[in-house]
Amino acid sequence: MGYSKPKFKEKYENFINGEFVAPVGGQYFENTSPIDNSLIAKYARSQKEDVDNAVAAANAAKDAWGNTSVTERAAMLNKVADIIEANLEEFALMETCDNGKPIRETLNADIPLAIDHWRYFAAVIRAEEGSATELDANTLSINIKEPLGVVAQIIPWNFPLLMLSWKMPPALAAGNCVILKPAEQTPSTATLLMEKIADVFPPGVINIIHGFGPEAGKPLASHKGVDKVAFTGETTTGQLIMQYASKNLNPVTMELGGKSPNIFFNSVMDEDDTFLDKAIEGAVLFAFNQGEVCTCPSRLLVQEDIYDAFMERVIARTKAAIQADPYDVNTMVGAQASNDQYEKILSYIKIGKEEGAKVLTGGEACKLDGDLANGFYIQPTILEGHNKMRVFQEEIFGPVLSVTKFKDEAEAIEIANDTLYGLGAGVWTRDAHQLYQIPRAIKAGRVWVNCYHAYPAHAPFGGYKKSGFGRENHLMMMNHYRQTKNMLISYDKNKLGFF
Amino acid sequence: MEYKRVAITEKAIEILNQLKEKHGDLIFHQSGGCCDGTAPMVFEKGEMYLDDSDILVGQLEDVNYYMNEDQFEYWKYSHITIDVVEGRGSSFSLEIPLGVRFIIHSRLLTDEENKALNTC
Repeated sequence: MGYSKPKFKEKYENFINGEFVAPVGGQYFENTSPIDNSLIAKYARSQKEDVDNAVAAANAAKDAWGNTSVTERAAMLNKVADIIEANLEEFALMETCDNGKPIRETLNADIPLAIDHWRYFAAVIRAEEGSATELDANTLSINIKEPLGVVAQIIPWNFPLLMLSWKMPPALAAGNCVILKPAEQTPSTATLLMEKIADVFPPGVINIIHGFGPEAGKPLASHKGVDKVAFTGETTTGQLIMQYASKNLNPVTMELGGKSPNIFFNSVMDEDDTFLDKAIEGAVLFAFNQGEVCTCPSRLLVQEDIYDAFMERVIARTKAAIQADPYDVNTMVGAQASNDQYEKILSYIKIGKEEGAKVLTGGEACKLDGDLANGFYIQPTILEGHNKMRVFQEEIFGPVLSVTKFKDEAEAIEIANDTLYGLGAGVWTRDAHQLYQIPRAIKAGRVWVNCYHAYPAHAPFGGYKKSGFGRENHLMMMNHYRQTKNMLISYDKNKLGFF
Repeated sequence: MEYKRVAITEKAIEILNQLKEKHGDLIFHQSGGCCDGTAPMVFEKGEMYLDDSDILVGQLEDVNYYMNEDQFEYWKYSHITIDVVEGRGSSFSLEIPLGVRFIIHSRLLTDEENKALNTC
């Protein structure tokens, strides 16, 4: 079964204070589809004045919103989930068009996961409780969580609606108003969501600002009327946002990417069974979402005594991946999200070759026919080399796997941790001791054990080292969007006696 | 002969000059990590807090090109050419509103370059 490019309006505006409004400067930018480089629509090219308006709307709404009951807020979050679910296909199709990822992913992963994140945070705020402690017979300490107020969120283009749904529900559940800036490469599903849920929240509680980083992102991240900034992206912008936050003494959370190791111990090949089949797929997951995942398992570490046999199957499985029209439900690998990503990835494959890495499969752009010839496709590529090479150290953000071998546990851990980053890692083994000890030794915020690329709402996710700080998903994320009010109550009628 | 780690294409110089006219003095900072990372980003001079951990890798048309020392460890054997392509980034880099994006082409340093640049 196949789909085709969905219908769009000619242009889309910002969503501020409960309605769609044209950008103050009257400018729009053109958004194109990486599938065939065709025009999708024009989107608001916001400036500082638009950001000011959104921040003012959010500040006007925050007191009333912060005082709504969790019952009311949970009901609204559930309503959003129901609305996305009722329009799942429409969201999936638009996401595929805007990002280039295959429709099988948006139908079965992006959108269903996004829905679940709204439901998860609707659920946890109903069950959560504060704390009260009797410090002595006459003194009670009560901790109440209060919202921060207005939260700015800047999200990337690799999972547009899902990243929105990672960031918005916990901030709203915690009682904050939100101003979110989607990436300019993928503004479509955030806009569609606002169209569908325009009446769910009171005006000013959710706001969407479109535009470019230097023109709209920077004024938002540095705005005095914002109480917190949450960012997913790269290190230099992360550093700048922290700088701006330091001027406002605001908290920030940062998710800044990785170069995640995926480690296969020899016991995975003890049997030729369903588990080995799962492990092979686990190694090929580097090509999932065209490698445009901050936790992309882009470094494959294989124990030397199974290396040849294991790689033979990994290469065969990689070659079997269908790269074709992203609107076709059978397609497994789609288009890279933009021309500059496409160029960057090819340039990395080139430097890998120059550094002496051996191309085991792929290694080139993928030329598709018809309109797709104008799109940005790259063959899933496996490069064999060593961990000091740049293709082992830098995030390529494409379907490029760098593979090397290791002798024993100590060497596996040493290679795994020899990176600036620490976001994700995978460990595959049938050995019960390794199942626990190796993940504990890896410096990364998420270690998948005998699985990879699972992102349930109630498992915390975030980085060590240069991958950032703070966690997303899970109940604990709520605390990144709240502060603690401590009420210290004395029931003692007697004075201190100092004065 | 003087060896350099960084070069810039004519096309990229044109964009850089346009940005200089609008914004004044500029710097490049090499980003790492997710999404739009691993790209050279251009900012107004003074916009970004720099210290000893930012290595001055080269100078392009009076614009300093910096990289964090951790990243430089892996890049010191590479020769970098800054170029520009059509595209969109979602960072704060100043060229993005022009509908173009600075990117990097790299190659390994030759033996002579490596000897001159990496031994002291």
